[in-house]
Amino acid sequence: MKKLLTSVVAILAVVAVLFTAQRYLAAKTGSGEGGSKVLNLYNWGDYIDPALLKKFTKETGYKVSYETFDSNEAMFTKVKQGGTSYDLAVPSEYMIEKMKAANLLLPLDHQKLTGLKNYDSRFLNQSFDRHNKYSVPYFWGTLGIIYNDKYLKASDVQHWDDLWSSKFKNQVMLIDSARDVLGFTLITQGKSVNDKSTADLAAAQGKLTTLMPNVKAIIADEIKMYMAQDEASIAVTYSGEASEAMANNKHLHYVVPSEGSNLWFDNIVMPKTAKHTAAAYAFLNFISEPKNAAQNAEYIGYATPNKKALALLPKSIREDKQFYPDAKTVSHLQVYSDLGQKWTEKYNDAFLEFKMTQR
Amino acid sequence: MKSKQQRQLFYLVPYGAWLLLFVIAPLVLLLFQSLTNANGGLTLHNYAVYFGSGTYLRMTFNSVWFAFLITLITLVISYPMAYLLNQLKQKQFWLLLVILPTWINLLLKTYAFIGLLSKTGTVNNFMSFFGIAPQQLLFSDWSFLLVAAYIEIPFMILPIFNSLAEIDPKLEQASRDLGANKWQTLRRVILPLSMPGVKAGIQAVFIPSLSLFMITRLIGGNRVITLGTAIEEHFLVTQNWQLGSTIGVILIVAMVVTMILTRDRVKKNTRK
Repeated sequence: MKKLLTSVVAILAVVAVLFTAQRYLAAKTGSGEGGSKVLNLYNWGDYIDPALLKKFTKETGYKVSYETFDSNEAMFTKVKQGGTSYDLAVPSEYMIEKMKAANLLLPLDHQKLTGLKNYDSRFLNQSFDRHNKYSVPYFWGTLGIIYNDKYLKASDVQHWDDLWSSKFKNQVMLIDSARDVLGFTLITQGKSVNDKSTADLAAAQGKLTTLMPNVKAIIADEIKMYMAQDEASIAVTYSGEASEAMANNKHLHYVVPSEGSNLWFDNIVMPKTAKHTAAAYAFLNFISEPKNAAQNAEYIGYATPNKKALALLPKSIREDKQFYPDAKTVSHLQVYSDLGQKWTEKYNDAFLEFKMTQR
Repeated sequence: MKSKQQRQLFYLVPYGAWLLLFVIAPLVLLLFQSLTNANGGLTLHNYAVYFGSGTYLRMTFNSVWFAFLITLITLVISYPMAYLLNQLKQKQFWLLLVILPTWINLLLKTYAFIGLLSKTGTVNNFMSFFGIAPQQLLFSDWSFLLVAAYIEIPFMILPIFNSLAEIDPKLEQASRDLGANKWQTLRRVILPLSMPGVKAGIQAVFIPSLSLFMITRLIGGNRVITLGTAIEEHFLVTQNWQLGSTIGVILIVAMVVTMILTRDRVKKNTRK
């Protein structure tokens, strides 16, 4: 009994010491809420150049508390619960629509935004947020095909339909996302990625099933690692993931099929939970400055919607057709809109059934 | 007398609170959630969807089948291994080596297997040494079973090892004295006496294997689909928590069935 008591006391003492140390460290690094000169930024992991955060603190005096999420849905749930007072968040386009419908966003005061004129008008006033009432573009990108030139020629994979070619038996890796995979199948059938017709969806699922013999795996972020390691010769993934894989393997290339694909956005919004609005506007203006946006784009490797920042980027990036496709391809790109609960489930059920298909 | 009872009651408070908060409340919530629709009304619709869908039933069958295979593989490897470990001099040390991998994070171990099994990985490099062309090892049923069995093996060995260690060596000697050969001793004495360990091992492996899902994606490349995949999807992507909960309830029922099938039958064991 005495022994038990001693060990309990010892454990409690260790917990107390660790707790104080943790509080001390947190206070020292200035994380957590508290204090008025703070900006609570809620963003994807590794989705901003850390040097820019330091520069922002130096210029404006606001300390940045950077918290990360790994899916739009997780971010939505946390903002909805409202436990933490996030001042800015970076959701994707369909999620902005959903948050808007759930009354989770504050309208932006355009009088206080000095940098909006720097953005390319092609990426403003989108269907998910007319007149950019709630959001400022952060990065944009596409869904496309990444391939390894050691195993196949560029001419083999210019279009979505090429994935069905019998040459690629058991070679294609797909992104584990119902909307993306059904989306490109719908595009090959001349339909919209936001199609809400039972017949069209069934037709797309039927066509997708015939792709199964070519499918090697259906995975998520791991695609970039596997492509860099030559595990597969061809994969469907997002442009940002592709650019990371390409940085590690010179043989990789990325194609956005000219018949159309998904155009995605990550925009900065101000959730209802925002408490430090002055800091939030300061940050929005800071990140809209061409120099800062260019530095960020070079660090992240995604395409910047900031026209003036693009002009500052090196020519090799600026003219890279893989990540800044030509005007004709861009005009064929489609943006996802929120499908609503019923159709989100229909898409996912169709995708789940596809995944269950035997080889 | 009364004060002693009161004290006992007092000791029960933290335990009871724990049970209530972290076991009973979540179970009730899960069951309740599975019986509601999106608007909060009571309905059996989710169960109708589940049992009316060939996809979910096939997935359930897949889960049970793979969990069964994983359990079988681990059992076949673990029993002889636990038996041999018990014969060794420094058995605690050897046991430690078996348990050691459980100290490493599950995800890290999985990634290590990716390094081993990938096309440019260690195994294929080694095979090319003998002139065998690189094989596709990842994203197959076999690689999934291999990794899952590797991860679950310590949980099978431990209970079997313990139950074998508890057997009085004198019983074995007596059996030999009475004329049983080695095989008969094993079958008639050791095996029945270590049954509780085997059952505990089966429970510890079969039940978690039913809902494995990280490995199905990383190693199985989503070519192996189990109920865990469907639960993850319903909670994270479609946000249909009701249907997700329904699948959760069905998994719990499957686990209870496993527990009942492998429980110690008190009558048999007390007969000496």
